Amino acid sequence: MLAFIARRLFQSVIVMLAVAFIAFMVFRYVGDPVSSMLGQDSTLADHAALRERLGLNEPFYIQFFSFVGNALQGQFGISYRLQQPVSQLIMERLPATIELAFASASIALVLGVVLGIYTALRPRAFSTGVIMTASLIGVSLPTFLIGIGLIYVFAVELKVLPSFGRGEVVDLGWWRTGFLTESGLRSIILPAITLSLFQLTLIMRLVRAEMLEVLRTDYIRFAKARGLSQRAINFGHALKNTMVPVITITGLQLGSVIAFAIITETVFQWPGVGSLFVNSVAVVDVPVMAAYLVFVALVFVVINLIVDILYFIVDPRLRDGAKSGR
Amino acid sequence: MHTSLTRIAAVLIASTMLAGVAQAETVRWARSSDSLTLDPHSQNQGVTHTFAHHIYETLMWRDTEGTLIPRLATEWYVKEDDPTVWVFKLREGVKFHDGADFTAEDVVFSLDRARSEGSNLKQLHAEVAEVRAVDDYTVEVQMVGPSPLYPNNVTNTFIMDKTWSETNNVEEVQDFAAGESNYAVLNTNGTGPYMLTSREVDVRSVLSVFDGWWGEAPAVTEIVYLPIADNATRIAALLSGDVDIVQDVPVQDIERLQNSAGFKVETGPENRVIYFGYRFGDEPLRSSNITDSNPFDNPLVREAMELALDRDAIQQVVMRGNSIPTGVATPPFVNGWTEELDQYPAPDVERAKELLAEAGYPDGFSVTLDTPNNRYVNDEAISTAYVGMLGQIGIDVTLASRPIAEHSPIILGDETDFYLLGWGVPTFDSAYIFNDLVHTKTDTHGTYNVGGYSNPELDEKIISLGTETDLDARDATIAEIWEVVKADRVLLPVHNQTLAYAMREDITLPVHPENQPNMTTVVFAE
Amino acid sequence: MTDLPHSPEQPVVAAKTSRWRTFLKSDIVWSYRHSPVTIVASIVALVLILMAVLAPWIAPYNPFNPATLNLMDGFTPPNSNSFAGSYFILGTDNQGRDVLSTIMYGSRVSLFVGFSATLFAMVMGVGLGLVAGYLGGIWDAVIMRVADVQLSFPAILIALLIFGVARGLIPPNQQEGAAIWVLILAIGLANWAQFARTVRGATMVERQKDYVSAARILGVNPFIILLRHVLPNVMGPVLVIGTIGLALAIIEEATLSYLGVGVPPTQPSLGTLIRIGQQFLFSGEWWILLFPAVTLVLLALSVNLLGDWLRDALNPKLR
Repeated sequence: MLAFIARRLFQSVIVMLAVAFIAFMVFRYVGDPVSSMLGQDSTLADHAALRERLGLNEPFYIQFFSFVGNALQGQFGISYRLQQPVSQLIMERLPATIELAFASASIALVLGVVLGIYTALRPRAFSTGVIMTASLIGVSLPTFLIGIGLIYVFAVELKVLPSFGRGEVVDLGWWRTGFLTESGLRSIILPAITLSLFQLTLIMRLVRAEMLEVLRTDYIRFAKARGLSQRAINFGHALKNTMVPVITITGLQLGSVIAFAIITETVFQWPGVGSLFVNSVAVVDVPVMAAYLVFVALVFVVINLIVDILYFIVDPRLRDGAKSGR
Repeated sequence: MHTSLTRIAAVLIASTMLAGVAQAETVRWARSSDSLTLDPHSQNQGVTHTFAHHIYETLMWRDTEGTLIPRLATEWYVKEDDPTVWVFKLREGVKFHDGADFTAEDVVFSLDRARSEGSNLKQLHAEVAEVRAVDDYTVEVQMVGPSPLYPNNVTNTFIMDKTWSETNNVEEVQDFAAGESNYAVLNTNGTGPYMLTSREVDVRSVLSVFDGWWGEAPAVTEIVYLPIADNATRIAALLSGDVDIVQDVPVQDIERLQNSAGFKVETGPENRVIYFGYRFGDEPLRSSNITDSNPFDNPLVREAMELALDRDAIQQVVMRGNSIPTGVATPPFVNGWTEELDQYPAPDVERAKELLAEAGYPDGFSVTLDTPNNRYVNDEAISTAYVGMLGQIGIDVTLASRPIAEHSPIILGDETDFYLLGWGVPTFDSAYIFNDLVHTKTDTHGTYNVGGYSNPELDEKIISLGTETDLDARDATIAEIWEVVKADRVLLPVHNQTLAYAMREDITLPVHPENQPNMTTVVFAE
Repeated sequence: MTDLPHSPEQPVVAAKTSRWRTFLKSDIVWSYRHSPVTIVASIVALVLILMAVLAPWIAPYNPFNPATLNLMDGFTPPNSNSFAGSYFILGTDNQGRDVLSTIMYGSRVSLFVGFSATLFAMVMGVGLGLVAGYLGGIWDAVIMRVADVQLSFPAILIALLIFGVARGLIPPNQQEGAAIWVLILAIGLANWAQFARTVRGATMVERQKDYVSAARILGVNPFIILLRHVLPNVMGPVLVIGTIGLALAIIEEATLSYLGVGVPPTQPSLGTLIRIGQQFLFSGEWWILLFPAVTLVLLALSVNLLGDWLRDALNPKLR
């Protein structure tokens, strides 16, 4: 068990380093922070001086190592744009993104499972065809168009939901939540739907495929033969077996929902880490961009690690294999 | 506690006395980006200044006509016996938000802070040798030499309280390059009409009226400032009633908003000119099929390019009528602008083709045009339109469109043959344009002279503008320089931008030529 | 595909026609004929693809030739004559470009990017999948870990990063010419992992079989053997992933354009057209956004539906 975790941890560290390295390489090329920091009233001498002070003239590997060294201590430097510590900015923005990811993952999971079961149990129904086709529209439309479309319909024309932002938030000291106010709840509806469509389609199709597979197994045929009710078979047996892969995939997707939120957050001016990232790209705020990527990688690595360990605990085959290996 | 009490009192008074009393009015104000910092000397950037003007004040500032008017300074003049000293008489009875009195030592402290190494305003105060307090309400600024236009440079230099700065250890401008944070980045103590109530960077900032302000109490008593980056979302927010004023209105939305019930749009000229530039010199262009000469170096080609440019069509279609086509690379607000210079030739495709042939390029040539796509109003669309116009005279242009963060390094690194850029003129004087766009490129001048135009005779005249105290002689020199710049077609101006603010119908916020509107100027309809 | 009924006894001469006949009788054709949605989808996809391929010959105008544009034609509503007198069935955009023609030319760009990127991802994914599955050990671990990382990052973020790096490596005055290839590279590199996973699994199964060891002993390059035996087995899934990948690549190209990175605005793709049209959503010129957006959705949807059908058709268990 320990050896297994150690190996996984080691791999995770490699992944983190690789991401940090790539992030760093990219940001050397996305533009010049100095010109947006200094503006129009500056001389070339000023530019050169600031570049020197920021350490942008150092060789690439020195910049990279000092970045990694600081990152290990949780120091990502000061944002060029907002002139505040990056770690503080990210922590401030994190609750908004996590709440959005949570809300949209919930929508995707609930609707996805329900629709998935429905379409699996009625594979030939007309409604199934409609649902399957309609679900593809969700992945055939770019996210930004869905978002703008929803704003246009529900905020501008119908005026029933807010067009942007997070509404009123309640400060719990260490977490600012929008779940406790009416305007906060109303504000999250449109962005959460926008963000969930992609995952919804994914989960629905996964549930349907797994369900069809399980329904065909001998074990279900047996249950039928034993005279169990259709209902008990569908929900007691088939669904239970379907849920393991579904939950795994949903868990793994959570990291990607957070990163996927970049575009949704931009369209809805949602004050999360994704919009922070996009705003930073426009002015080449390298410390924020690098920290964001490392953060996304960290989320991914942690979720993967947890999933791996859970599997290890749940699946006896893996456990036995590890034992005999010891 | 204090503010909430006053607010309750205000509501009580308003509800009991009904009419005739100023009501508590909140305005929700949205624009595309947030102020970068609350430290008033850290950034020299319009959005940051606009926000700071509500909390801090300057010695002088500009009204909506662009005229210099008194603020914390009531009078300013060159010292009688010494042309190198500027004297500022200060307003009496002004208080900071924390109750401290405003005096000359605060001005000395703030000007010194603004011209210190870490400040991004230091270029504006480069000619200052020393700042000294004569008495509590008089400040003298000793210049290196005669600097007749120095007062133009202080309109964005905010005054901080010396004691407060010392107490909170913010005598130095934040050195963000060294990774330092600073109390003044998140906290304020100004003399302005509003006090900061709360701030979430990039999300919302709330300002409430400062009761002790020296001016007439503003109609707006609370400002909720909301940055919304996406154009469509920002307009949607206004249409759905989630905000009251939108500052950055895309030109295509102006008409619709004007026609929508309950909304109106204020428009006015901005002090910013949009122009195309090209590379001078013999060296062949990097992006052209002509490898033995530089077509742009030929005056006939430059003339042909101007004749191909249909400024009126760009104004009508691309800008939807919201721009002022111009034949000179300076906005009308600027000293040195004349109606005569502003004239531009009617487009003439046939003549342009002839000129190209005459210049030795009967089949035209190819070149890449570098354009930003997120900096100026419809920048990419202007460039796209010009690509089409140049195509009609045989110049085959590839359009390279980039976000400004990628465009700037290409411009400053001299890696472009042909580009679009905009230029704002905060000093309202032509010398500012000449220094950076016309003077030969050196370490201190010609930073944005991207085309590498060089005319030693003009350079000499440009330098002389800095110290010439006879204003008539100075204006004559400016006119001479413009004549050469226009004749040589150093730059190819397209238009001056106009600004548009959209708002609820019962609100009026006048357009400010530097795009620095102030909520104290808001008027509510009865 | 290997499950399809073969008829080896047929005389050689008649082989061609009879194979065609067997194909017509095959499950795949049967399932196609019995799925009206798929028939419609394939017709729509075919029309859109033909429209794009034939654009230079059938489009009413050539919007990519700036010399033919008249700015004063701008913002002409659908089915009307412009200020300058020309007729535009779907109207014009802000540059006076005919919307119908820009859509046709734009689909060409989008499809070219989509196809090339998918092909690139397919070749790379199949290759790496083979290597990982056959060599195993450290190769397998490295390749599959990278694939894992890639699968958990949104493709759009990866493409954005690759685009950024590539742009930095190319001198500014050559970037525009290279933009489309950089886009293909970025989207391709962001999507290879799915292919690699599928091929790796199939390869691992085949590797154990005797013929591979036999081939090795005979001195035949095992990769060639594997390629010949593994590919037919994974052809189905690879084709399905490829079809859905094509739809994904088209959407990704559009999203990248929305974020301001992509092909030059003088040669717009569908995504660029949508980005431009999006500005006119509130100003009343709905046609500049609507027509390109509908085209994009129809294209992605029909390709997705085809992929969906292909998956079910190739998986007899689901019928």
